[in-house]
Amino acid sequence: MTLFSSPALTAVGLRKAFGPLVVLDDIDLEVPAGTVFSLLGPNGAGKTTTVQILSTLIPADAGQVYVAGHDLRREPDLIRAAIGVTGQFSAVDNLLTGQENLILMADLHHLDRRVGRGGAAELLDQFDLVDAAKKTAMTYSGGMRRRLDLAMTLVGDPSIIFLDEPTTGLDPRSRRGMWQIIRDLVAGGVTIFLTTQHLEEADQLADRIAVLDQGKLVAQGTTDQLKALIPGGHVRLQFADANGLESAARALGAASSHDDRLELQVPNDGTVRSLKALLDRLADHSIEVDGFSVHSPDLDDVFLAVTGHPRHEEVSIR
Amino acid sequence: MSTRSYAAADSATMLRRNLRHALRYPSMTVSVVGMPIIILLLFVDVLGGAMSSSLAGASANGATYIDYVLPGILVMTVGSGSMPTAVAVCTDMTEGIVARFRTMAISRASILTGHVVGSMIQTMLSVGLVIGVSLLLGFRPTTDPLRWIAAIAVLALLVFALTWLAVALGLVTKTPEAASNVVMPLFLLPFISSAFVPLATMPTGVRWFAQYQPFTSIIDTLRGLLMGAPIGNSAVIAIAWCVAIALAGYLWARTVFNRGPAR
Repeated sequence: MTLFSSPALTAVGLRKAFGPLVVLDDIDLEVPAGTVFSLLGPNGAGKTTTVQILSTLIPADAGQVYVAGHDLRREPDLIRAAIGVTGQFSAVDNLLTGQENLILMADLHHLDRRVGRGGAAELLDQFDLVDAAKKTAMTYSGGMRRRLDLAMTLVGDPSIIFLDEPTTGLDPRSRRGMWQIIRDLVAGGVTIFLTTQHLEEADQLADRIAVLDQGKLVAQGTTDQLKALIPGGHVRLQFADANGLESAARALGAASSHDDRLELQVPNDGTVRSLKALLDRLADHSIEVDGFSVHSPDLDDVFLAVTGHPRHEEVSIR
Repeated sequence: MSTRSYAAADSATMLRRNLRHALRYPSMTVSVVGMPIIILLLFVDVLGGAMSSSLAGASANGATYIDYVLPGILVMTVGSGSMPTAVAVCTDMTEGIVARFRTMAISRASILTGHVVGSMIQTMLSVGLVIGVSLLLGFRPTTDPLRWIAAIAVLALLVFALTWLAVALGLVTKTPEAASNVVMPLFLLPFISSAFVPLATMPTGVRWFAQYQPFTSIIDTLRGLLMGAPIGNSAVIAIAWCVAIALAGYLWARTVFNRGPAR
């Protein structure tokens, strides 16, 4: 019972800069035990840096952090004993087999030899890696590697697990599989700290979401609280010429237009009623529309809503 | 904390991991021991005839060229053994597995200790293999068991020193390719030493360099122990060099490793 009354993780005034570049600027976080917390943000927002600091990998410049009840600066080893980390980049030993990787983890947790081997066999089964158990991790597909990575994290039964973009680069089926694994872990009482770029993923899994943008927390709350901030999506209208675009923009009032693409973006919650109202208005003004698409709220909309500026064009570094 | 008491267990786990890597992918280990053997064959069977005439003064009572050249070849074997060490350490650091180790409650030193002990075992096996081949080729040391043990001890100290240096070099290089290049001098330096010809036959500038570089004193010490040549103060200089290189390599490696994963 006491486990649930005290938070699994708290951070106050967390700061980190690499040289002149401020990566985290005064971050406060609180994660209740036994819940899923999701840090949502685009590439370069500071998500990975946050995970690296909270998981004792790199030091913070300032801030008071407690993980599993231990002070990050004074007792990092006690924190390490309580956590498991699956980073964004694969942390498996490519030259060892799946089974050997798991036994390596068991040995480093100083588990009894028999217990370690039994645990490895169970995890291989649980993560659907039995057939690949004797193959080196080098030969694994992206999805298998992620599963092995997470299985290695679970050796030693950590009470808090950090997952840095656990589904990036996975196909939709593997992604759903990963979501199910995370739900099962939470059902077992584990606390999850998850980063993601996808609102849908945070929505599916998280009890609380914090939105990180350029090193600052711009919103924090439950999924519902955060969704209330989103203006419910939009409709995109495509026109044949500038005249059509102009008259539509006049007829519909508040809307953002992309002149070069002859496109108009109109806030709309996507219900049949409001769509009909929109189309009626266009018909009243005899405006010809070339293309029409409905967009449900995504991370871009959250960003627009909480930061007032659109998300930066992302440059993939991989 | 508990991590300190687990240092030995964790180091053993890391050692097992590194030896398993070496056994599974032996190509680098094989090339590391193959190179000195090729050079041994080249110098003894191809160049040996011409070389021994230039040794007239240095070789005593019927010693052949292989007897002269072997200590240098053994040092080269050790130098060449530092390559897989640097490459393995660098590969470890560029992959995510060490980041995982750093977030676990283990003895951090065990990561490097595992590499050092694993490399020492491999390199000493290579040295043993090269000695075996040289005996087949006609190497006839004029030594007694005690001097053999002393020679092996000197080699082991050299392996220890160069391994720590290789670990440090593996930590500071960004790619495994760069790591394998940066340790090349350890393999090439013995060519400019007393390994193949006596210093007296070299021009002044080269001779000066050869005389004061670390490998010459080590080679002269080994030659004295194995073939009974005079050692003089070479042994003291050789041990001083090894201890200095080991200490510098260890401190450098420790500093870089503790600086963390920001690379």
